[in-house]
Amino acid sequence: MTEAAQTREERATALKGLGTARKRVEDVRFTQGKGNYVDDIKLDGMLFGDFVRSPYAHAKVLSINTEAATALPGVVAVLTAADLEPLGLHWMPTLAGDKQMVLADGKVLFQGQEVAFVIAEDRYIAADAVELVEVEYEEQPVIVDPFKALEPDAPVLREDIRDQLEGAHGPRKHNNHIFTWEQGDKAATEAVLAGADVVAEEMVYYHRTHPCPLETCGCVASMDKVNGKLTLYGTFQAPHAVRTVASLISGIAEHNIRVISPDIGGGFGNKVGVYPGYICSVVASIVTGKPVKWVEDRIENLTSTAFARDYWMKGKIAATKDGKITGLWCHTTADHGAFDACADPTKFPAGFMNICTGSYDIPTAYLSVDGVYTNKAPGGVAYRCSFRVTEAAYFIERMIEVLAIKLGMDAAELRRINFIRADQFPYQSALGWEYDSGNYHAAWEKAMKAVDYEGLRAEQAKRLEDFKAGKTRKLMGIGLTHFTEIVGAGPVKNCDILGLGMFDSCEIRIHPTGSAIARLGTISQGQGHATTFAQILASEIGIPADDITVEEGDTDTAPYGLGTYGSRSTPVAGAATAMAGRKIRAKAQMIAAYLLEVHDDDVEFDVDRFVVKGAPERFKTMKEIAFASYNQAIPGVEPGLEAVSYYDPPNMTYPFGAYVCVVDVDVDTGVTDIRQFYALDDCGTRINPMIIEGQVHGGLTEALAIAMGQEMAYDEIGNVKTATLMDFFWPSPFETPNYQTDWTTTPSPHHPIGAKGVGESPNVGGVPCFSNAVHDAFRPFGLTQTNMPHDHWRVWKVAHDLGLHG
Amino acid sequence: MIPGVFEYHRPSTITEAAGLLTRFGDDARVLAGGHSLIPMMKLRVANPEHLIDLQDVGELKGVSITSDEISIGAMVTQHELIQNDALASAVPIIREAALQIADPQVRYVGTIGGNVANGDPGNDMPGLMQCLDASYEVAGDKGTRRIAAREFYEGAFFTALADDEILTRIVIAKPQAGSGYAYEKQKRKIGDYATAAAAVIVGPGIGSIAMTNLGDTPIWSAGANDALAKGDVDGAVNAVMAAISPASDNRGPAEFKKHLAGVILRRAIERAQGRAN
Amino acid sequence: MSKMHVKMTVNGKEVEALAEPRMLLIHFLREELNITGPHIGCETTHCGACTVDLDGKSVKACTVFVAQANGANVTTVEGLVNDDGSLSVLQEMFREHHGLQCGFCTPGMITRAHRLLQENPNPSEEEVRFGMSGNLCRCTGYQNIVKAILAAAAELNAAREAAQ
Repeated sequence: MTEAAQTREERATALKGLGTARKRVEDVRFTQGKGNYVDDIKLDGMLFGDFVRSPYAHAKVLSINTEAATALPGVVAVLTAADLEPLGLHWMPTLAGDKQMVLADGKVLFQGQEVAFVIAEDRYIAADAVELVEVEYEEQPVIVDPFKALEPDAPVLREDIRDQLEGAHGPRKHNNHIFTWEQGDKAATEAVLAGADVVAEEMVYYHRTHPCPLETCGCVASMDKVNGKLTLYGTFQAPHAVRTVASLISGIAEHNIRVISPDIGGGFGNKVGVYPGYICSVVASIVTGKPVKWVEDRIENLTSTAFARDYWMKGKIAATKDGKITGLWCHTTADHGAFDACADPTKFPAGFMNICTGSYDIPTAYLSVDGVYTNKAPGGVAYRCSFRVTEAAYFIERMIEVLAIKLGMDAAELRRINFIRADQFPYQSALGWEYDSGNYHAAWEKAMKAVDYEGLRAEQAKRLEDFKAGKTRKLMGIGLTHFTEIVGAGPVKNCDILGLGMFDSCEIRIHPTGSAIARLGTISQGQGHATTFAQILASEIGIPADDITVEEGDTDTAPYGLGTYGSRSTPVAGAATAMAGRKIRAKAQMIAAYLLEVHDDDVEFDVDRFVVKGAPERFKTMKEIAFASYNQAIPGVEPGLEAVSYYDPPNMTYPFGAYVCVVDVDVDTGVTDIRQFYALDDCGTRINPMIIEGQVHGGLTEALAIAMGQEMAYDEIGNVKTATLMDFFWPSPFETPNYQTDWTTTPSPHHPIGAKGVGESPNVGGVPCFSNAVHDAFRPFGLTQTNMPHDHWRVWKVAHDLGLHG
Repeated sequence: MIPGVFEYHRPSTITEAAGLLTRFGDDARVLAGGHSLIPMMKLRVANPEHLIDLQDVGELKGVSITSDEISIGAMVTQHELIQNDALASAVPIIREAALQIADPQVRYVGTIGGNVANGDPGNDMPGLMQCLDASYEVAGDKGTRRIAAREFYEGAFFTALADDEILTRIVIAKPQAGSGYAYEKQKRKIGDYATAAAAVIVGPGIGSIAMTNLGDTPIWSAGANDALAKGDVDGAVNAVMAAISPASDNRGPAEFKKHLAGVILRRAIERAQGRAN
Repeated sequence: MSKMHVKMTVNGKEVEALAEPRMLLIHFLREELNITGPHIGCETTHCGACTVDLDGKSVKACTVFVAQANGANVTTVEGLVNDDGSLSVLQEMFREHHGLQCGFCTPGMITRAHRLLQENPNPSEEEVRFGMSGNLCRCTGYQNIVKAILAAAAELNAAREAAQ
C-alpha cells in the first residue's frame, strides 16, 4: 500500500506512537544474552578491586597490615585511608550534605564498612589477598536503635563532627543528631488536636529494607594517561551527576571525564549514590595506569550500599465524630545509619515526606523529622520511590485505618468522606504541595465496584462467624489503599541535588532519510526508555517509533540530565522529549510551507506530514521534509533538522491509585495467602499500556516482598542478620500472586503530553495495601497496629497476643 | 564470594575415593552435588585443601527396589528421586519430601547422600530417613558398615561418619502396606530451610515421626512412635514436643517454632491418617 | 595455584582451556569464554541468574566448579537462538508478552524455561510457577514471565502437532 493510499488511522497506527502496546526494542538483545552490563565489560590489562570490610559495627582501627597481601603474586597494590589522605579522597561528600569515609579513617561505624582496597590481576587473587590483610580493631559500644542514639549519655558515633552544632540542614541538638526538618503549622495543628471530637494516635514503623536489584553495583575506571582522560563505566542511575561529582572531588576537568552507564540490571534507587568502590577504582586506575573493575557481591550490596526506609513515624490524626479529618500531626525519627547518604533534593532532608496528608483534604497539618546516626549502613535512598513518598503513603494509609477503628467506621467510607474532590484541583495541601490533578472519588468507586467490595465484606463477616464457631482457623482480611504520589522532581526553583537543578533534557537529530536519534539525560534500568521515548516522539514528529533510536547514558554524547529515579523520567525527560519534538515540528512546518509554496500558517500537522489547510491532497511527509532540510537552500532557515530541550518542570506530577488486597491468614502458622489483588493506577496519559502493566506487576511484587518479609535486620551488636538471599526475602514465582490491573486517566495539566509517571506507584500503594489487609484480618479482635514485615512469625505473634491460640 | 584454592580429585571407584580420604585426612572433603559445601567455601567458612568429587563413582548411583527393601545410591539427586516412579510408588513420602527441598536447579545436583551425610539440622532428608528407619552404608579403607539413621546424628554437623568414611548407599525397608504418609514443611519461601517440618508414617499398629530443624539433630522419639502406633495422637505430639529445642533465628523466636512444630505435626499426622487404609 | 586442563562443549562448540579447579563455572563462561549471557546475581544459589543447561539439567553455574564441569555439555542462553540467528519461540514469547524489563534475570529465566518445557511440554500455570521457582526477578512480578512460558508451550505444541 502506498503512503497516499493509507487512511489517517493507518498512518497513525504505523507510527506506533502514544498509547500503543509497542514491543520493546531492547528485548531482542536481552533475550539472547547480548545485553551489555558493567561486569560484561572487559578492557585490556584490566585489574580487579576488592574490599577488606569491617566485621564490627563500631570499632577503632588500631592498625592495618597489608604486607602479606601485597606480597601475594598477582597483587598490584593495597590502598588504605592513609594512601587516599594525601589526595583528599579518604572521605567523600554524600548527596545529603554529609561526608562519608571512603576507607576507614581511624574507626569503623557499621558492619561491612570499607577498610582497605585490594587491586589484583584477577578477582580470585584479589579475594585471596583480602583474606591476608590484617586489621586490628578495638570494639566500641554499638547503637542500632535511633531512640537510644539520642539519649544524653549515648556514645558519640561521628567523632569527626563531635560538638559541631550546625549541620547541612540546620542545628544539631545531639552528637548523634543530623537534622530536624519541620513543615506545616505546629501551633494550629496542636490546637486542632486539642479541640477535636476524636484523635487517633499511633506509632507506625516502616522498617529498614534494601532495593537489592538483581545486578549489584559496580564500575570500571579507565584512566588514559596519554590523553589525560578518565572513562568511568558504571551502574549509575545519574551518569551526568556522577561526572560532575567525580570532577569536583578528583580535580580532573569535567571535559576529561566520560561517564558511561551501560545496560543496568535494575536500580530501584540503589544506584543513585556515590560509593567508595567508585572512588577507589578511579584512584586505583590513576595509580596503576590500568583499567580497574570493581563489582560488589550480594552480601556487600545488602550490607553496604544504600538501604531504604527505617522511619519511625509517630502520628496523631484528628476528626469530627462523623469522620471528617480536621488535622494531622507526625513526628518521624529517621535512622540514617553511620553517614547521612540519603539521595534527596537538597532542600528536602526528609524527601517528600510532607506529602503525608495523602489523598485527603486535611486542612491543618504539621510534620517534623529528626535524622539520627546509628551503627548501621548509610543510605536512606528512595527505593522505587520518590524521596520518602513510600513512607508518607504508608503512614497516612495506616493512620486512616487506625482512625476508622477508633470511629468504628468502614475504612472505605472514611476515605470517601475525606478525599480531595475533583473540583478542588489544583489542590494546595497543608504541608505545601500543589497537587496538579486527580479524580479520587471516580477511581475509588471503580475499584470498589470491580472487586465487589460489599460482597467481600459479607464474605469476611461469614468467615469470622465460622472462625468463632471453630469451623476454620483462617481469617480473611481486606486491605484498602488510596495513594497519591509526588513524582517528577523537579522544578529547579526548589529541587536540586548537590546544587544541580533537577531539569532533564532531550536532543533530537533527524537524519536525511527521515529516521532519527534522540538522546536523553536519563538512563533506563529496565523501564524501556528506548521503546517509550521513541513513542512520545513518534506522536510529536510523525516519524515511526521504529525509525527512532533512543540513546542514554554516555555523558560525552547525551545532553545533561539528572538521571532516572523518583519516577522522574517520563515527567521530566519525557516532557523534554515532547518539547524538543515540537521544536522539530516548528521548523518542519517552515520547510513544508516553503516546499508547498504557501505561507507557514497555511499548513498544518497531520499525523506524519504537513498538509495545506483545506487541501489535504497537497502535503509533504516528514520524511520528505527531513530530506529537504539537508538538500535545499531554504531562505531564512538553517540546514539540518535538530533540536534540544532542557525541561524545567513547573510542578511535580501526582499519580494516584486505588488498590484492594484480599488475604487469608492462617492464625496457627502465621502463613498468609494473597488470594486477590486489584490495582487501579492513574498515571495520566498512558504512553505504552504493556509497559505500564509490567511496571505495576513488578512494583506490586516488591511491595509484597517488603510488606511480607523483606528487611535489613540487625542484632543488638550491629551484625546484619539478612545479608544473603536466604534471609533477605525475595519472593519467587511460586510465592507471587497474579494481579488484576486497571486504570483511569487524569492527565497532568502542566505536562506537555499529560503523562505523570508510573514505575513507583505500585510500590508506594502496594505496601500499605498488603499491610492493611493483614491488619484488617485481625481488626475484629482488637488489633490497631503491628509492625511490618508480616512474615510468618510476626503474624503468628499477633494472633498469639490477641489470644487466638486458646 | 570466591572460594580458596584446593586440589581437585575425581576418583571413579569407592575404593579409590576412600584411599584419597585416608591419604588427605582432615584436609579433604568429598564433593557430591556441592550445594552445601561450595557456598561454605565461597564464604571461606570451609577451606578444604583437597576436594574429592564423587560424580564418576558409578557404585554410588542408581536406585534398586526389591520386594522388601529399597537401596538408594548416595549420588542419586533429588531430581532423580522425584522422577523415579517405582520409588514413588514404593515409598511415596520420598517424592513428597524431595519436592519441598530447595528449588528445581538445586534438586538437579543436590544428592540424597550429601543431604543426609552433612549433618545439617536444616536438611530435610535426615529426619525423613529417621522416620523411615533407614540405614546408611558407609565405606572406608577399613571396609564397610551400616549405621542406622536414628543413630547417625550426634550434633549440628557432627555425625557417626568417620573422617575417612564415605556414605555410599541408603537402605530403606519398604513401609508396611496400608500405611499413610505425609511430609509437612513450613518455610518462608522456595529455597528456604524448614521453619518446622514433620515426616509421618502411620497405619494400623504403625507409627513413625521425625521432625526437622527444631534442634541440633532431627527429632525422633521412640515414645512418640509407640503412642502414634496406638492411635494416641496427643501422646505422640506431646512426646515429640518434649524432645524439640528450636533456636531463635530469622524464621522466628523459639516460642513460635515450638508452637508451630505442634501445628505442623498434627497436620502431618492428620494428612497421613487420611492416606492410610 | 596449579591449573588444570579443562575441556567441554559449550553451545555446541568444543572448548579447551587451562583453569584453576576452583574457578566457578560462571566465571569460566563469562571471563574465559566471553559468554556473558548468564549473569551473577546472588552467588548463593537463590536467584538463578547464572542458570545454564549442563548435561540436560538446569544448574546454577555460580555453584559449580569448572573442574566438576570438565567433560560436560553446556548450553547457555546464547545457544538457544535458532540456527539462523533468529530468536527461538521461547525468546520471542518473552518479548511478545513483556516477560522482561532490565533483562538481567532473562538469560537464566529462558535457559531454565527451556529445560522445563523439554521435561513438561504442557505445563499448567502452577507447574510453571513451581518449575521456575529457582529463578528470581526483581522487575516483572513474574506474571508476564509465566504468560510467556505458557504461550511458548502452546506454540511449540502447535508446531509439533502440525509437523506430525
